[in-house]
Order: sequence, then C-alpha cells, then structure tokens
Amino acid sequence: MRIELEKRPQVSKLFGFVSPLLALVLTLVAGSIMFALLGKDPVGALNAFFVEPLLEIWSLHELAIKAAPLILIAVGLSVCYRSNNWNIGAEGQFTIGAIAGSILPIVFYDWHSPLVLPLMLIMGAIGGALFAAIPALLKAHFNTNEILTSLMLVYIAQLFLDWLIRGAWRDPKGFNFPVSRDFAPEAVLPAIWEESGRAHWAFIFAILAAILVWFMMRYTLKGFEVVVLGQSERAGRFAGFSSRRMIWFSFLLSGALAGLAGISEVSGSIGHLQPAISPGYGFTAIIVAFLGRLNPLGITASGLVLALTYLGGEAAQLSIGVSDKVTRVFQGLLLFFVLSCDTLIFYRIRIVWSRVQVVTGKVAQ
Amino acid sequence: MIFEAILLTVITAATPLVIAAFGELVTERAGVLNLGVEGMMIMGAVGAFAAAQATGSPYIGLLAGIATGAVFSLLFGFLTLTLVTNQVATGLALTILGLGASGMLGESYVGIPGIKVPQIYIPYLSDIPFIGPVLFHQDLVFYLSIALVIGINWFLFKSRRGLKLRAIGDNHSSAHALGIDVIRTRYLAVMFGGACAGLAGAQLSLVYTPQWVENMAAGRGWIALALVVFASWRPWRVLAGGYLFGAVSIGQLHAQAFGIGIPSQFLSMLPYAATIVVLIIISHNRRTTLINTPASLGKAFVPDR
Repeated sequence: MRIELEKRPQVSKLFGFVSPLLALVLTLVAGSIMFALLGKDPVGALNAFFVEPLLEIWSLHELAIKAAPLILIAVGLSVCYRSNNWNIGAEGQFTIGAIAGSILPIVFYDWHSPLVLPLMLIMGAIGGALFAAIPALLKAHFNTNEILTSLMLVYIAQLFLDWLIRGAWRDPKGFNFPVSRDFAPEAVLPAIWEESGRAHWAFIFAILAAILVWFMMRYTLKGFEVVVLGQSERAGRFAGFSSRRMIWFSFLLSGALAGLAGISEVSGSIGHLQPAISPGYGFTAIIVAFLGRLNPLGITASGLVLALTYLGGEAAQLSIGVSDKVTRVFQGLLLFFVLSCDTLIFYRIRIVWSRVQVVTGKVAQ
Repeated sequence: MIFEAILLTVITAATPLVIAAFGELVTERAGVLNLGVEGMMIMGAVGAFAAAQATGSPYIGLLAGIATGAVFSLLFGFLTLTLVTNQVATGLALTILGLGASGMLGESYVGIPGIKVPQIYIPYLSDIPFIGPVLFHQDLVFYLSIALVIGINWFLFKSRRGLKLRAIGDNHSSAHALGIDVIRTRYLAVMFGGACAGLAGAQLSLVYTPQWVENMAAGRGWIALALVVFASWRPWRVLAGGYLFGAVSIGQLHAQAFGIGIPSQFLSMLPYAATIVVLIIISHNRRTTLINTPASLGKAFVPDR
C-alpha cells in the first residue's frame, strides 16, 4: 500500500475551510482513544474537557483570559511566518515584556498616577520588541538561524526572570517566597465586565490587534510586501522590497505583541511577578497561528479553541483526575492534524494498494 | 585528580549532545530538517527509563530508548515525507507532542531511583593512569558515540549509499531522476535521527542523572540542532562542538560549586548564550555556510509519477 499525492490544479477552497474542522474532529477521536487507554470513560472525559467549561459565565471569562495572550502572540507570529521569518521565541519575548512592564509597579511603587498603567503597557511592548530585536539583528546582519537564536533566548529570559524574583525584586514582606511585591490597584489591568467575571482588557487588546493586523495584511502595501517576500524573496527584491527590513518589521511587531501579552497577563491575571508566569503561551501560540491559517481572524477563533484546552485541562484534572500534561498532548495532536489536513488543500490523496495492479491494468487497456 | 574528574563529567555531558547531533546531521544531509529533536529525545528518555524499570536491565532500557525515538520520528516522517507538510512546523509539533506525552507517561516515575548503565571495565586498558579511567572505563553509550562518529563519517563520505544520501540532500529532483528512491532514503534518515535522539535521551535518564524528571532534556535537543549548524554538516566538527558545549555546561556547574560571585542563573545561561555566540561566528561568513548546507534542506519533495 502506498499513498500518492496528486497536485490539485487549483487550491481547494472547500478544504481551506473544512481542514481545520477536520483536524479538530480527528484530535477529539485521538483524544478519546487516549482517554480510553488511560482507563477513563472517553465521552465523560471529553465532556469535562471541552464542554463543561463553556457552560458557565465565569468560566467563559476564564476562557477570554487564556485566549487573550494566545491571540495577541499568534497574530504577531502570523506576520512573521507569512514573511518566512521563523520566530519561535515568543515565550521569551512574553517574559521580557512582563519584566519591562513591571519596572514601574515594582521599582517605582511609590509613584501613583493614572499614567502608570498605560506606561506599563507601552514599556511591556517595547521590552518584548527589544528582545525580539536580538534574533532579528542576528538574522539580518550575521545570517544567523533565527529559529535557534530566538529559542535559546527563551531559556535566557526565564533564567533572568528567576534571578530578578529571587534577588533584587523579591518582595521583602513575602516570607522569602520567590514573588515580587503585589501591584498597586492603579497598576492592575481593569476587568471588562466586573459583575460577572475576571476577564480583563487584554482580551480587547487581542481583538484590536487581530483586526488591525487583518486590515494591514489585506488592504495595505505592507501586507502585500509580507506575503510577496514570504513566498519568494527573489520576486520581492525585484519589486523593490527589502527582505532585511522585513526581518526587522516582523520580529519587532511580533515581539511587541508578545511583550504586551506578557505585561497584560502579569498585570491583569497574576498581580505580581513570579518565576512561572506562562503555561507555555508562547509555544502554544505557534499552534494557534497555524490552526488559524496565519489569518488574524482565523487566529481569533483558534485562540479560543486552544484556550479551551488549557481550561479543560484544569477542569479535567479536578473532575476526572487526569494529569494536566494531557493539555499539552492535545495541543501537540491538534497541530499534527492541522498540518496533515492542510495537505488536502493542495493535493488529492490517492491510496495505491499495489503497484503491480496498476501496471497490469495499463497493459490490459 | 580533579582535572580527571572534571574531564569525566564533561564527557558525560557531551555524549548526549554528540549522539543527538549526529542523528540530526544524517537527517539533514538527506535534506530533511527535523526540529523535533527535543521531543524525540525526551520521549527516548522516558521510554528508556520505563523499560529499564520494567525489566531491571539498563541495556534493555537503552534499546527501548532507541526504539522509542525511531518510532516517534516516524510520525514526523509520515507528515513531512508522505503528506509533504511544512518541515519547520511539523518539527515543532513533534517537540510539543513529545514534551506533553513524556510528561504524561513519566508521571508515575517521578522520584523513583533510576537504574544506571554500568561502566565497563576493560582489563589492562582501564588501569593506565589518566587515559585509562577517562577513555577506557566508560559506559556503553560513550563507546557507541565514538563508534557513531567513525561509522557515520565512513558511511557519508566513503560509501556508495552515503553518496546517494548526500546527493538527495543536495538536489532531490536530480537524485530522483537518477532512479534513487528519495522518499525511502529520507524515511530511513529520519528514523536514524530519531533513533539517535532516543539514545541521547536514554543516556540522560540512565547515565547522566539516572532518574526521570519532567522536561529533563532542558533544551539539549535544540543545542544539538545548533551543533549541526556549528559543525557546518561535518561529522568531526560535531564531535568537537559537542565537547566544547559539554565543557561549557559542566564549567558552569563547577563554577557554582566553587562559589564564584556570579548569580547561578547567569552561569546557567552560559550554554544557551554560548550557542548563540557560536552560531553568529559560524553563520557570519555567508559563503562558507552556503557551500556546506545541503541545498534542498527543508524543501518538500513530491515525486512526479
């Protein structure tokens, strides 16, 4: 048995829409097999994982909280990936954004002003962008592989945060726990609709970012430049576009959005700095970007789906006693199925049972 | 004596990097960029640990590690070779899945004392002062890593099949036109890379720190990937680079033990920072990297039938 691919004469519009849904279904099938192997009732487990979190208002708020950083980061990454720049260090840019934005509420905690919060958000975005500027600089001027450098910087950022929290920024009244002092009320990102839940402004930033980047990609010359350079650097050069400038643009944009996500998460959800500020948002956002077809509007939808895997993981841990690592497995499976289903957009798949049969068939004709 | 002890720890730290990087070198020479090394490595580590616990034999553990890595890499092979998905994204998926699955599978092994691969005593040779303990009183994995270097160098540059493999990596269309089975060779190369990453993971959980800790690969898979670039796809340079990185990561531990006045977190950054610096130095000269990079690295191949 062999699988053969036959290139479609035209890209399939149908599968462009169906393939992410198909990937979701396949992930659920694989997930229920996994639950069955773990000795859990698959239907009950999937229900606890993917349905129950959607049934209550407060947990919809939690969904928005978890989706916000994923959407913010993934929207930035989509511009990178579209332009063929492989920034996979968003987790590090998220961390540095959180640190840069926390300078005001931690170091200058005596300064009270309505300006604190906006400045924090700006500093967070700048911090993330500056950290993303390192792999950009190295790629643009030394031809260094950006996948490896941006990833190495993730480890460096996490160690730097660890050092800050255990050293200079440790809360003097924190009973020696590795946490910073709590942010003052004016440094906390406000809730959107306080009566019903915790969801805060980061979700609004995420939606805004998605709409703005969608507009840019669709209606501006810059968006066209991204796509052309991504598909063919040579063609882009003939059009007068600079791939070096594009490296800078895409990295700074994605770094700024990841940094904004970082400071929003710390200020809106956690309220202080601590050694672990992200359950892998920077890496999960890569899946979000692909599941959303590198399109900001698609990313908004896929960000909600992936946020559900985090939420479901937490819920399932409590209600059916499966490990929280199941979340990561689901995310990995989903990315696998998304990538393989996308093949259907460009190719027809034929299963050839035996080579000999084909040959004899031709002879008979 | 202290120098000898440090050298021994450097060898232990360098061995998994060298093995994983060799596997990836062969994969990349065949034109496939598999970024899932970290995932395959951590799966190998948990597979090896589980098998060693179940059977009580560290050697069966090593075999299980190799098998786990190879089987896990087939997932990547099927997607990128049969379904021609994007290699970068698929490799990332393999790492994400590997980190999750290994954490899930290994949950019941946390805190259980591991089974260590014993060191092999070679009569007479192990007794030579200094050279004996360093080179001839090591565990099996170390000897395997040396055998890999010699074997792969011979295979790639002296054998017919090695020539075909490199031809595929440099120009898959021409290789296909010459009648070489591109897909089959690439499948084998991917599986070889997976087997090596699995063995490297097994070394971590059965030799380096004989126990299971979640995420115990700690970025070593990525450093192995960087080593391949560092070595500009040449086997002997992988060996040299691996030992250099082993020395950096061990030097960092010894510096912490000596109580040097630099915070431990900054010392822990050293291997990652060193990776970046080395990448800059190597990639700086565009011409030399272009000469050595397999020309069809990372490009999908669909045979025209």
